[in-house]
Formats: sequence, structure tokens, C-alpha cells
Amino acid sequence: MPPIVEIINVSKSYRRGNQMIPVLIDINLDIEEGEFLALMGPSGSGKSTLLNLIAALDHVDSGTIRVGGVDITALSENELAQWRAVNVGFIFQFYNLIPVLTAFENVELPLLLTGLSRKEREEHVAMALRIVNLEERMDHYPAQLSGGEQQRVAIARAIVTDPAILVADEPTGDLDRIAAREILDLMDRLNRESHKTIIMVTHDPKAAERARIIRHLDKGFLNNVYSQNPH
Amino acid sequence: MFILKILIRNAFRHKLRTSLTILGITVAILAFGLLRTFINAWYGGVEASSATRLVTRSSISLIFHLPLSYKDKIRQIDGVKTVSWGNWFGGVYIDEKNFFANFAVDAKTYLELYPEYILSPEEEKDFLRDRKGFVAGQKLARRFGWKIGDLVTLRGTIYPGNWDFVLRGIYQGRDETIDETQFFFHWDYLNEMLKKRNSTFADTVGWYMVGITRPERAIEVALAIDKTFKNSLAETLTETEKAFQLSFIAMSETILMAIEIVSFVVILIIIAVVANTMSMTYRERIGEYAIFKTLGYRNWRIAGMIFGESLVITIIGSLIGILLTFPVAKIVGKMLSNYFPVFNVADEAISMSFAASIVIGFLAAIVPTYRAIQIRIADGLRRIG
Ligand SMILES: Nc1ncnc2c1ncn2[C@@H]1O[C@H](COP(=O)(O)OP(=O)(O)O)[C@@H](O)[C@H]1O
Ligand SMILES: [Mg+2]
Repeated sequence: MPPIVEIINVSKSYRRGNQMIPVLIDINLDIEEGEFLALMGPSGSGKSTLLNLIAALDHVDSGTIRVGGVDITALSENELAQWRAVNVGFIFQFYNLIPVLTAFENVELPLLLTGLSRKEREEHVAMALRIVNLEERMDHYPAQLSGGEQQRVAIARAIVTDPAILVADEPTGDLDRIAAREILDLMDRLNRESHKTIIMVTHDPKAAERARIIRHLDKGFLNNVYSQNPH
Repeated sequence: MFILKILIRNAFRHKLRTSLTILGITVAILAFGLLRTFINAWYGGVEASSATRLVTRSSISLIFHLPLSYKDKIRQIDGVKTVSWGNWFGGVYIDEKNFFANFAVDAKTYLELYPEYILSPEEEKDFLRDRKGFVAGQKLARRFGWKIGDLVTLRGTIYPGNWDFVLRGIYQGRDETIDETQFFFHWDYLNEMLKKRNSTFADTVGWYMVGITRPERAIEVALAIDKTFKNSLAETLTETEKAFQLSFIAMSETILMAIEIVSFVVILIIIAVVANTMSMTYRERIGEYAIFKTLGYRNWRIAGMIFGESLVITIIGSLIGILLTFPVAKIVGKMLSNYFPVFNVADEAISMSFAASIVIGFLAAIVPTYRAIQIRIADGLRRIG
């Protein structure tokens, strides 16, 4: 089987003033289906940038990214929106829930773009909330939930459309140790039981330990050293 | 359904800010509605004027009179159906403050020519029979508590002395655009007295009111009348009643123009206020719009949320403003009733207010929407945290 993510000769730079700052330089990376990969590296090394490119939130300057066989660098903005809705679930450091919506409504958001009936949507949302063990909190607003609970709602939102890939940018960066462990356990389960391909950016070695493969980014280059965690 | 829920919740996320913005819109729409009503009231006489009536007056000025003898000549002109005439009386009732329009008219032809003044047949008969009789609009009669048979004395300003009249009829306007504050009496009575005094005003009239057969012939007939009196001692100027009314308004045209401009400036200001609210909102929500985009929400949905929120705020504000326009216009109308016999909130003022609110909501949302669409997801997400 071909890798689910193929990154080929990808470069990306940002403009700062009238200067171009290279952030990613000629990156090549394959990620197998069902992988749990941690991207590590010092702050500002380009981890988030690379993750955003894989998840089609940003555009490459050069190179190609194929996900599930589709060259996403060739898609239009609207096609990308649709592609993201179907293929990728997102988990962020600051949970990124919509504050005026309840947990239930936040999880329902991605489903509103599908043709599902109200009843089907309710079933899916209930199922996702059950997986993250927050069913009884579904009528709470984000402000009424703890950080760990908010992140679980965010995970429920990420998996509710059953995407093949989950991307997580510092998912435990804002949590205490216990909550962080819960989140990592949950991701572990999603990887092993539901066979989600997970790409997680982190600079926390404890978090990275849970991944099966760790890759290091440094100053825009992907190190060839990569560790494989024994499981 | 969902979008409505989120945009209403978003609109009221900052209760104080939203309430103040709504208050601003309410006040602006109220001011706008009142200014429009004021302008309408000013043009009130024009709207009520008939297309089948002409007014003939001295070509020099309204204060110069025309000979009574013109009436027969005008009547002979092709296209003319009825001729009536009148004099401005300018009488004062007890005190100058009690101003109202009062004039002497040729009663029978006048009532024929002005069917919009509705008088019961008995009252009409009583009025026509009584040389000293007069007719008042029901608003005027109510204002002074006059009842049929009451004796009313006016102090003449143009025609000195105290003049006694007996109220013989109270007319109602055919609809709400009709002035119900007029006072008219028999021209014959005035003329008789003037003759007795050997006044130079005897047998002269201030203006003729000419009923024509068909409105399309108005210009033709007007020209024919003026041509008849060309090179005579008193040349005439004939125009449609509408033009005649407008010539009064022309004097205050600049003021009206200024009011009109102010009414739109009010709207401009409130657009700026709402736009400011919406851009504050936008700045706080950049991250959220980025999240929606991340989840696959397309630009038109994001635009819908911003426009919707802006419209929710402006429509609530202007509905309150429009509802308040009616009672406030009533109060203002009462205070100004001496100057504006008809001060009703016109449908036009309401539809303009409503249109203005939609325009406000729309314009205020354009820039935030444009920016929300422009911003790249990665940049938007970086603002969170
Ligand atoms: N939108 C942007 N505009 C300008 N510079 C950016 C932008 N996004 C990231 N950068 C820069 O690119 C570099 C890498 O950023 P990022 O990928 O967020 O690093 P990491 O996630 O590894 O901390 C940083 O120097 C950052 O300042
Ligand atoms: Mg980062």
C-alpha cells in the first residue's frame, strides 16, 4: 500500500518585511496509513507550518503533497475546504471550540456540511461524545468545561465525520499532566482501535513517547534520525 | 436554523456593546423617520392637490388682486368646467397665537370644486343659506371647541374691524392627507362690506380656482387663460394647483433640502457606528472564522454569519425605531399642529426607514466580511492563544 501522506520536495518561506524567511527547506516525508507520528523540534522550527501544509490549511511554495493519493497542492480553495471536511480531523493546543455553542453543537459543526439528517447527526454526535466520555456534558458551553474536557470535545469534533487522518498541534500543550495523559490515552486508542493515522506536533518528550515514530524538525530541515518507540 | 442560532447568539455576546449599538440605530431611525415625516408634511398640500384644478392669480404677485369680471371670461374658455374664487382674509381669532388659514370663497362653486371637503347635505344647505355662515375643518372646530351655531368673531388684519361669523358646517377630509384646519366663509359677505366701505378691494379677488374637464388639458387651458388677459391691466399667471402649492414651498426649498441632507447624514453616521461595532466583532472573531474555515466552512457561510449578525442588530434597532416613530410623530404633530395641519407618518417614511436599516446592516458588514474572507487560515489560527 502506498503511504497515506507523501511529502515530496516541499519548501515554504514566509515574508517578514521585505525579507523571505525560509521555514521549510526541501522536506521529504512519507507517512504510512495507521501511523502515529510525532513531529518534534524547537519552537519556531516549522512544525506547525508543516502540519498545516499536510492538513491543507496553507499552501506550499514548491513541491507536492499527496494525501490518500490526491495531490492537494493542485486543488482550489473550495475544493480544499471540502477535502478537509471529509479527510482530516483537527486538534489544537487551545481546543478552538466556538464559545457560543454547547459541546454538542460544537461537535455537530462539521456534520452540518454533510447531507445527514438531524436525527443522524444527533446519533453521530452522541457516539463521538461517548468515545471521549463526555456524553453527560453535552449541554455545557466551553467556558463551563475544564481544559481537559474542552480538548475531549475538540477530539469528538475531530472524529465525528470519521476522517482517516487526525492532525494535532501541541494537543497537550495547555493541559496539566493528568489531563494530558487522558488526551494521549484517547489518541492512542483512536490510533490502535479505530486505525486513525495521527500526526502530532509536540515539543513535550512525554507526549512524543506515545507516538510510534518521532521525527525531528530543526531550522527547516527534517532530521534523518528518527526514533521508533517500542510498543 | 443553525446559522440563525449562531448569529443571534453572536450578536448578543457583548450585551452592553450590542445594546448601545441597537440604541444608536433606534435613535437614528427615529430621527430619520421624523425628518421624513416632517418633509412629507411640508409637501402635504401638494400631495392632496388635484390634477383637475388650476389656480389663476396676478402675474405680479399674490398680494395683487384680480378683477371679479375675469370670472365670466375664464368660464368661456374651452376646457373650463367650474370657476370659483377666493380672498385671503387673514383674520385673527382672539390672539395671534391661534393662527389658522381663513379665507372668503364663492361658496357654491368652491364646494363643487373641492369634493374632498365632506359636508353633510343639511350643513351645506345651512351654510349656503346663511350670509354670515362659515365652515370649519373638524380639527379646527375641535381645537377651539366650536359647535354648530356658535358665533365666532375674527379680527381683520387686511380688512380692519371685527367680523362675526356663525358656524354652519364642520367638514371632514376625504382621507388623512386632507387639511382639516381650514376656515372659509362667503366671499359675497366680505365683498358687500367692502363695497359699503368704498374699499379699493371691492369686486376684486385674490385668486381664481378653475376646474377643468380633463387633467391632460391643464397646460393648454392655463395658457389660454393667461393669453386672454395678456396686455390687460392685470395680467394673470395660471398654473396647476400642484405647481401653485409648490411655489409656496419653493421659498423654503433650501431648508427642506438641508433637512433632507441631515436625514441622510444621520444614516451615514449610524452606518459608521455599526461598521465600527462589526469590525470590533470581526477582530475578536478572526480565530473563530479560521476555525470554521478549518472545518471546511466555505466563504459564503462565513459571509452569511457576519452579514446576518449585522442585519440582526440593525433590524432589531430599526424595528424599535420605527415603532417609536408613530407615537413620537403624534406628539410632535400635536405640538406643530398650527403649522402642519397634516403630520402623519407616511408609508413612504416607514419603507425608507426599513430600507435604510437594511442598507446600514449591509454596508457595515462589507469590510469585516471582506477581511474575514481574505485572511488565510494559518494566519487566523495563529491569533488564537
Ligand atoms: N503566517 C506567518 N507569517 C510570517 N511568519 C510566520 C508565519 N507562520 C510562521 N511563521 C514563522 O515561521 C517559523 C516557523 O513557525 P511555526 O511553524 O509556527 O513553528 P513551530 O510550530 O515549530 O513553533 C517561525 O519563525 C514563525 O515566526
Ligand atoms: Mg507551533
